[in-house]
Amino acid sequence: MWKILKRIAKTGIATETPPDLQKVGAGETAATQRIHDEILQILGRALTIREVDAGSCNGCELELNALNNVYYNLEGLGIKFVASPRHADLLLVTGPVSRNMALALQRTYDAIPEPKLVVAVGDCAINGGIFGESYATLGGVAKMLPVDHVIPGCPPEPIAILQGILTAVRYRLGTRAAADSAGHA
Amino acid sequence: MKIADLNLNLAPLPAPFPLVRGEVCASEWSAVALTIAENHGRLVTLWGSDDRHGEAGHFVVSAVYAVENGTLLWLDLPLPDQQLNYPDIAGIFPYASHMQRAVADLLGLVAEGASDTRPWLNHGAWPMDYFPLRREFTGTEVRDWPAVTDYPFVSVAGDGVHEIAVGPVHAGIIEPGHFRFAVVGEKTLRLEERLGYTHKGIDKRFEHLPASEGYRLAGRVSGDSTVAYAWAYCMALEAVWNWQVPARALWLRALMLERERVANHLGDLGALGNDAAFGFGLSQFMRLKEDWLRLNKTLFGHRFMMDRIVPGGVAFDPDTAACAKITAQCDAIEAEVRELHAIYDDHAGLQDRFLTTGRVTTELANQLGLTGLAARASGVPRDVRIDFPAPPYDELAVNIACRNSGDVAARVAVRFDELLESLQLLRQIVRRLPDGAVIAAPDNGMPEGRGAGWVEGWRGGIFVALTVEKENRIRRCHCHDPSWQNWPVLEYAAIGNIVPDFPLINKSFNLSYSGHDR
Ligand code: SF4
Repeated sequence: MWKILKRIAKTGIATETPPDLQKVGAGETAATQRIHDEILQILGRALTIREVDAGSCNGCELELNALNNVYYNLEGLGIKFVASPRHADLLLVTGPVSRNMALALQRTYDAIPEPKLVVAVGDCAINGGIFGESYATLGGVAKMLPVDHVIPGCPPEPIAILQGILTAVRYRLGTRAAADSAGHA
Repeated sequence: MKIADLNLNLAPLPAPFPLVRGEVCASEWSAVALTIAENHGRLVTLWGSDDRHGEAGHFVVSAVYAVENGTLLWLDLPLPDQQLNYPDIAGIFPYASHMQRAVADLLGLVAEGASDTRPWLNHGAWPMDYFPLRREFTGTEVRDWPAVTDYPFVSVAGDGVHEIAVGPVHAGIIEPGHFRFAVVGEKTLRLEERLGYTHKGIDKRFEHLPASEGYRLAGRVSGDSTVAYAWAYCMALEAVWNWQVPARALWLRALMLERERVANHLGDLGALGNDAAFGFGLSQFMRLKEDWLRLNKTLFGHRFMMDRIVPGGVAFDPDTAACAKITAQCDAIEAEVRELHAIYDDHAGLQDRFLTTGRVTTELANQLGLTGLAARASGVPRDVRIDFPAPPYDELAVNIACRNSGDVAARVAVRFDELLESLQLLRQIVRRLPDGAVIAAPDNGMPEGRGAGWVEGWRGGIFVALTVEKENRIRRCHCHDPSWQNWPVLEYAAIGNIVPDFPLINKSFNLSYSGHDR
């Protein structure tokens, strides 16, 4: 136990300021707070994500996993990967959608309650990437599901994924604000 | 056993390790397999090709065996008269079963006498009479195709026995696959895997790429082993084209291969801690891994070093400052890993979960052809870097990491040892790095021919068999992941363990879905 505590003390806090707010320069707490507030405003709670690997080479998964490390500290921003699609607000999909995974992907999507967002992560999820379209793959996620936002890269780096997730959420905020003002008019 | 005793007509193939090839007829096919098995040789991989040219030519089934001291034997069985079956060898090498089932799905060639002939990669999402690797198909035709169908799992009946179905979508951020557990209470009686969910037609896709570009696709067969795959592919292509790679480039390839090994071991050691409810381990190791990947990005321009191994060499050239950074990072990481190693070893809760869990005995490992890291944890000392050393490994003395207990604890211990060994190798590589060019121009044209690559990835041996036609075209490229051997062993490792220990056992193997499904 002593060694563990020593190690923890020595490591300290390694979390970095989230990406697109670094330029704000208002310091980490303020930035984190702002992301939190935005997510709360849009969803009324923390942002929960269900990830589906629909045929990826696993490169994209490595970077999604990296988002949970202490540097990016995704959970600290109120963003959480969840096991059940029924608990999710957002579906993150990687890989060219393989025909063998199409049904499982569709069922996962269907199980997510409305309103839901779909984000395609990586070149493969955007258009099939290097694997293209074939007897085995459908190509991009948009071939099957309404995609709200795409994050290019092979694989996209964690920072780019984080930025993409935040952009998707903001986009939803934008459309809701637009819908609200339309309602007022 | 001497290969000569087999009485085969063999000719050497180009490769930076001993490789011979020969053709056999159907009766020799299984006889040779049996002789090899009796003499402790093992099957490395098995695949099929369509070598028909119009009316001429044949379907061919190929197998590669590791025999004798560091020689690979590549056997081709051409099937005469448009014949569609060949003798089963899964009765001799049980782990050939999935490979044979894949050949049946992709080419319609059937292993006659095999006990299991269920489809493996074809889940019913394309017609059962559509065989993508046959010449008459482009691989891109799509008609009104069916949807996936049910799979006849083997069921276990008995008092109190029930089934737990898991996947293909798992709880975490991981690749898809399906596990069917037959359990009594919490105890696993039987586990059956169903894979193939990430099958993306890579073999066929190769046929649409110039041979000089295939390394990019090979590097995406399994994202966590991109260096090993790209190297194995380039090794095969360079052998065919007789392309002399500069020494500096070969050393830099080894540098990347060891960095890939370290990155994955760091990740696994953290995840293994986490699966035993020790979140501290995950956060500490993930931090180290992130530091490691960030330096990759700085030095090679990519966190996983994708597309940095290219035909004829490598696509970067580190200066002295970069080399100094690598050494410094090795030192820093070593100190931290040693500290964490001591914490893992001391932690009673962790050891309680690791010890005796998911055991694979040496005997079983040999029987089932277990390979790579998992094999070394079960007392089977195999490592391509030592047994089939291609340059620069012929000059680098690699110390093999081995354990005998074959449990999760052993697989953790092997990872720790290999990680430290890789750090040692990295420092050595940087120190001894030869000067000169990092890429050579091809000067022999682009002749046709076949060649192979064989590289010890972090998970195990990665084999690439490549047949190139004239004009830079790929006729057939077969990439073999060690997971083909190891997935079936996991089914055994789970038996008798409680279901909650399965994630831990699974992680301790950390097999590739994408590398297997292709
Ligand atoms: S985008 Fe790249 S890393 Fe991601 S799944 Fe596709 S090939 Fe792999």
